[in-house]
Amino acid sequence: MLTDGLVYAAYLYVVAVGLTLIFGVMRILNVTHGSFYAFGAYGAASAVGAYFERGLPAAGGFLLMVVVTMAIGLVLGLILERGLLRRIYGKDEVVVVLVTYAAFLILEDIIQLIWGTNSYALYEPLAVAGSLRVGKLVLSGYDVGLVAFAVLLACAVSFVLHHTRWGRLLTVVIFDREVAAAFGINVSLVYTVTFVIGAVLGALGGAVMAPKISVTLGIGVEVIVLAFAVVAIGGMGSVAGAFLGALIVGEVRSASVHFVPQLELFVISVVMAVVLMFRPQGLFTRVQPRKI
Amino acid sequence: MGALVFLVAAALTPALPAWIVSLAIVALANALVVLGLIILWRAGLVPFGQALFYAIGAYAVALIARYTGLRDVLLLLTAAAILSGLAAFLTGFLLARYREIFFAMLSLAMSMILYGVLVKTETLGSTDGFHVAPPTYFGYAPQGGMRLLLMFWLVLGCCAVAAVLVSFYLRSVAGALAVPVRDSEIRLEFLGVSVNGLIHLNLVIAGTLAGIGGALAAFAIEHVDPSMAYWTTSGGFVFVTILSGAGFVAAAFVGSLLFELLRSIAYDVLPGAWQIFLGSALLLIILFLPEGVGSLFQRVRRPPSHSRS
Repeated sequence: MLTDGLVYAAYLYVVAVGLTLIFGVMRILNVTHGSFYAFGAYGAASAVGAYFERGLPAAGGFLLMVVVTMAIGLVLGLILERGLLRRIYGKDEVVVVLVTYAAFLILEDIIQLIWGTNSYALYEPLAVAGSLRVGKLVLSGYDVGLVAFAVLLACAVSFVLHHTRWGRLLTVVIFDREVAAAFGINVSLVYTVTFVIGAVLGALGGAVMAPKISVTLGIGVEVIVLAFAVVAIGGMGSVAGAFLGALIVGEVRSASVHFVPQLELFVISVVMAVVLMFRPQGLFTRVQPRKI
Repeated sequence: MGALVFLVAAALTPALPAWIVSLAIVALANALVVLGLIILWRAGLVPFGQALFYAIGAYAVALIARYTGLRDVLLLLTAAAILSGLAAFLTGFLLARYREIFFAMLSLAMSMILYGVLVKTETLGSTDGFHVAPPTYFGYAPQGGMRLLLMFWLVLGCCAVAAVLVSFYLRSVAGALAVPVRDSEIRLEFLGVSVNGLIHLNLVIAGTLAGIGGALAAFAIEHVDPSMAYWTTSGGFVFVTILSGAGFVAAAFVGSLLFELLRSIAYDVLPGAWQIFLGSALLLIILFLPEGVGSLFQRVRRPPSHSRS
């Protein structure tokens, strides 16, 4: 049960960290993230599925997964950011959320137009990764890989944010956009890069989950609620928060699935509501002083 | 003038084709929810979980009818209003303390809690929901075409009453204070007004309206299911609110009708791409008509002042 929760937490983290970065830097609650996830899943299902059908070496398949999602994230992220979000930056937060919601609706249909209403299954990576025995448990090799990947990603993100110049610029912009601009940081470039990275991560979340789920319509809609819960719990804009939030949601869901399966979604929503009640800014963010 | 429109609409109905009437019924029921949202939006709050009260209203009438056999429309509507108003009152204690994104998200979380409960409850039919018997009007159970007509007049009547009441509210002190809440809460608090109390009141009003809307929708569609509490339903309401704009009470009805019309056209003409259509429409409205359809009224009524000087 604990390991199930870890696996669940792993993919939630990949999806949520992109969402929280976008919110932290741009103050945008990006509903379209669900679409990035779905595109990533579908894209991976198609591309990697086709790849494995040709009987090419397995390691390349995993690499292809990452490459495909980067491409998807890059294209979608750029189009959305440059074409759409640019025009509405000044507006009210909620209006911006609605714009991302509108984009989400449009993308959902585009997915349907491209891939139709069938569901896709991508089972090759799972089969290739085999299984491991740890004590009494038999774990799927893919699952273990997924958790390891999420941990690596967390380390990489943390490293980039704290120890590279670019990461520190990002942190400054998260703290205070105006001051950052006053210091000469090219904020709009930071915005674009952040959004694209967020998009790539969202798509990556979809791609790594693709082998474990049935890729059909509606996965974007479902994942949004979970990703929002993770980000709300961990603190919007906090990468460490996304990690903790993902762990919490993952384990809680796993526990509820094991003990009281009826209450799965209910339990997650309750946890989210409880955290929002006592610490509305999430577990990791500083309370913002009210600006008069 | 509004009263005239309502009377004309009521009189014309028997002449209109059934599909328009059905469309209008659902649109008007949803317009009630939007009315509530407009009240909240004027205060600067956009809840993403109004579907909570909508679903409470809908399930209230459905469950009462199913388990007690009571089907009288007035009784059921009152019950729905009381229950959803109560829910709004209770949740309002918590919700009134939050603003902007946190408000939206907490509201969303609460509606998803209800959704989770509804989906997992087998006796309520899980994701399929269950059938709602059509209501009786003081003992009279209409059949066929008369059923649709009575339903429409009922919804129209409710909307008329709601429109009048909300107009009064918005012109009252409490209603007028909504805009300052959006602009500068702190100043309002220094004036001695309890902003949280005001927001709480608005939440209760909006919640009750949403509950009535949900009950009417349940009657109209003759079905309730958990998706009435899902976040996409809330999203739809917010969409219509943006479409209508926050300026006029009448805008809620026009906006809602327009939305239903757009949605039906989209289903018909572009069955595989209706979401693209709606999403694009939403984008266009936000970009070019951010004050909603209501603002068009304003421009028509008062020509720009520079034409006089």
